[in-house]
Amino acid sequence: MAAYETQGFKLDNSGKRVVVDPVCRIEGHLRLEVNLDDHNVIRNAVSTGTMWRGLEVILKHRDPRDAWAFTERICGVCTGTHALTSVRAVEDALGIRIPENANSIRNLMQLCLQVHDHLVHFYHLHALDWVDVVSALSADPKKTSELAQSISAWPLSSPGYFRDLQSRLKKFVESGQLGPFRNGYWGSPAYKLPAEANLMAVAHYLEALDFQKEIVKIHTVFGGKNPHPNWLVGGMPCAINLDGVGAVGAINMERLNLVSSIIDRSIEFVEQVYLPDVRAIASFYKDWQYGGGLSSSCVLAYGDIPEKANDYSAGNLLLPQGAIVGGDLGTVHPVDLRDPNEIQEFVTHSWYRYPDEQKGLHPFDGITEPNFELGPNFKGTKTNIEALDESAKYSWIKAPRWKGHAMEVGPLARWVVGYAKGNPEFKEPVDKLLQDLGLPLPALFSTLGRTGARALECEWAAHKMRYFFDKLISNIKAGDLATANVQKWEPSSWPAKAKGVGFTEAPRGALGHWVHIADGRIENYQCIVPTTWNGSPRDPQGQIGAYEASLMNTPLAKADEPLEILRTIHSFDPCLACSTHVMSPDGQEMTSVKVR
Amino acid sequence: MTETFYEVLRRQGITRRSFMKFCSLTASTLGLGSAYAPRIAAALETKPRTPVLWLHGLECTCCSESFIRSAHPLAKDVVLSMLSLDYDDTLMAAAGHQADAIFDEIITQYKGNYILAVEGNPPLNEDGMYCIHGGKPFVEVLRRVAKDAKAIIAWGSCASWGCVQAAKPNPTKATPIHKVILDKPIVKVPGCPPIAEVMTAVVTYMLTFDRLPDLDRQGRPKMFYGQRIHDKCYRRPHFDAGQFVQKFDDEYARKGYCLYKVGCKGPTTYNACSTVRWNDGVSFPIQSGHGCIGCSEDGFWDKGSFYDRVTGLQPFGIESTADTVGGVVAGGIGAAVAAHAAVSALKKAQSGTSDASNSREGN
Repeated sequence: MAAYETQGFKLDNSGKRVVVDPVCRIEGHLRLEVNLDDHNVIRNAVSTGTMWRGLEVILKHRDPRDAWAFTERICGVCTGTHALTSVRAVEDALGIRIPENANSIRNLMQLCLQVHDHLVHFYHLHALDWVDVVSALSADPKKTSELAQSISAWPLSSPGYFRDLQSRLKKFVESGQLGPFRNGYWGSPAYKLPAEANLMAVAHYLEALDFQKEIVKIHTVFGGKNPHPNWLVGGMPCAINLDGVGAVGAINMERLNLVSSIIDRSIEFVEQVYLPDVRAIASFYKDWQYGGGLSSSCVLAYGDIPEKANDYSAGNLLLPQGAIVGGDLGTVHPVDLRDPNEIQEFVTHSWYRYPDEQKGLHPFDGITEPNFELGPNFKGTKTNIEALDESAKYSWIKAPRWKGHAMEVGPLARWVVGYAKGNPEFKEPVDKLLQDLGLPLPALFSTLGRTGARALECEWAAHKMRYFFDKLISNIKAGDLATANVQKWEPSSWPAKAKGVGFTEAPRGALGHWVHIADGRIENYQCIVPTTWNGSPRDPQGQIGAYEASLMNTPLAKADEPLEILRTIHSFDPCLACSTHVMSPDGQEMTSVKVR
Repeated sequence: MTETFYEVLRRQGITRRSFMKFCSLTASTLGLGSAYAPRIAAALETKPRTPVLWLHGLECTCCSESFIRSAHPLAKDVVLSMLSLDYDDTLMAAAGHQADAIFDEIITQYKGNYILAVEGNPPLNEDGMYCIHGGKPFVEVLRRVAKDAKAIIAWGSCASWGCVQAAKPNPTKATPIHKVILDKPIVKVPGCPPIAEVMTAVVTYMLTFDRLPDLDRQGRPKMFYGQRIHDKCYRRPHFDAGQFVQKFDDEYARKGYCLYKVGCKGPTTYNACSTVRWNDGVSFPIQSGHGCIGCSEDGFWDKGSFYDRVTGLQPFGIESTADTVGGVVAGGIGAAVAAHAAVSALKKAQSGTSDASNSREGN
């Protein structure tokens, strides 16, 4: 590949090639390859989804009322969001309207997922890109206590608390059995936090691990378990019975009180631990303004969290809908998931085959025939790949485009769209965070900005849980106990042919399902998921995807330690099981494929 | 955090006296006699934590997510104090070469003394390249790490049975791990996902007693998978009384009647949901109004709609019929008896006993 320019980036793959595979602390399997120049600056980036499961063909001919359970298993990290997207798609196709209570409960569950997922992502999948665990050993517990108390009222902040933790940590490290911290990049010059901030963050890593299991109990109350709670086409399966015979077997006061207490504790943890930590950590990395990628030019959000039931128009969605292209924050374009000219998927660089690979296909017309072949310049063998050839096919992820543009999706995209729309719920917290850190607006378009937007969204979602809990209570108070509409439960009540779209904002970004139903069965099912957008490979024009763009021009402190690469890629919260599940709608068996 | 097992127990409020009683009990359970109790105590007080290598094949990570929900013991204590989670794609700090190097380090240093935990399964079509790890097929990594493992745990329905990606027509030929690893005992902990406390109980049982739990013919720990959800369901009296939910959200749903007629698979599903329950005992699917979908059973995706009634059951006189159902389920698994015999043989080989009369059968 000769050097070329695209989307404002100059790609050059002539320098030293560095491969990161596996990329850990993500969901699923991802490989990254970059080329470094003589100063260890990334001048070319290649993102490859390295797993594929074929769920859409498995869905073919199944009962559409079962689809939520299959699609939920696309991802156990963003558990529930695919199920919600699926029931919405089927309800859209069949014209099923859900009760208000079901809408409030679904919103509670979706917001609960946002809070849980963002918290676990930050502490357990991302923090070690910023926090040096070993450095925490040299912290002064008293100073750590002063630091913690200066930024938050969180009670677990005494010198003794940090001293005990540090001595446990010391014994752990001295044992030589470092467990999940084994072979980390400890001591790298890319870590910037003082020892005290590292110790505080390690304490909160462990506290968050304990607390996250409490948040999901909201799913358990309404959906019976987590991960993978249960859903229902037409509403929710959990009946409400406040004071009648058998109330103990339904959503009653005790259950509602449990949910309410979890909401309070979640708000407290997010406001007193998560947000202060993000602000504190960001203040030491203010000079590390890399990783913006596409976020300053092209972002996309479908929107979610309908205020009223059954209305999925932009005006009824509390998470914003819209697209921004060319970095023009003055224009938020409307988005139509049904328009064949808006969302299209390309496969020129994906391990699939189209009749005409120069053209993209809308998901209602999507075809996905696998075609695993490695380009002429790849190194290694078919089953021992040393380096991929990005001029040819190189990923199990397709390349979705919105009106031809590669887009970034996720918390930062949502918050940029909300900001551009001038919605104070999004604009004010962003301005406040930037002001606290003494940073200008362009600083938002970075790895740090992505991590900050996720934290702000976590707080937003925690408060919105309170809003929909109160809404649920007032609706029950008004005498409405309905949680499901089963008028169109029987397939005999359905039209012979129907098609529908469902969408949500998964924690990682915009998620859509497209379903065709014929004679009571699924005829075709297509999903485009957040990591398909963000992890996208190149398209026929050579445009790179959001991961690839975000790595461009980032310097590495050490060429053999991919810490900065991990930091930026983790800021997207990759979910590979989601992105790489598609399969031919006609369900062909794999054919043997020759390696060129 | 490098506490020994004993120190962890002490921190959780267990007294020295209780600890010694626990060691005596362990000794007698193992048939070793009371003289062994101090030796067990010494081992638990001093031995290094057992390394666990946790691999991920084709999966959705719900098993990992479930594991960290464990309330007793806390996932934090399991990961940092009870075992040494030296490799786990989802949680580990390292990536790429630094991550891959851990395999060689642990396999060499702890040969025959580490536990392999597998989440997900290997696809065998396309030379295994539907799941690539470090440029190679995942199945190669799996075989390499399995070779010198002391014991293997199959987390969840993917590793145990194949689960959703193996549902018809199984385009990638996703394959449960016991069909790839033929020479080792495998403890199956099925479920999509398994219950958190069941996962941590199985692994702490293995560490505490230094042996595999007693397994049924299909390789599942009997203590958690020995009974159907229906057997211990709190809605069972409604089943026996013929009181059923007819439609979702009808008056009977609000009264908490039996969900059999809206498709509950509790009568044919072996799991601990109705006893241990989920997320620190908060609820389980039936309690929250949806039937069991049978997610811990082999091939549950291909047994008709989740809303179809379980056939072959009579609403009354459940006992005899349910026994038949149980027999059919168990008998339908090909070569299950042979697999069990192999497991028994390996258990014997591991424990160093070769006396055939010690062999226990009759699951």
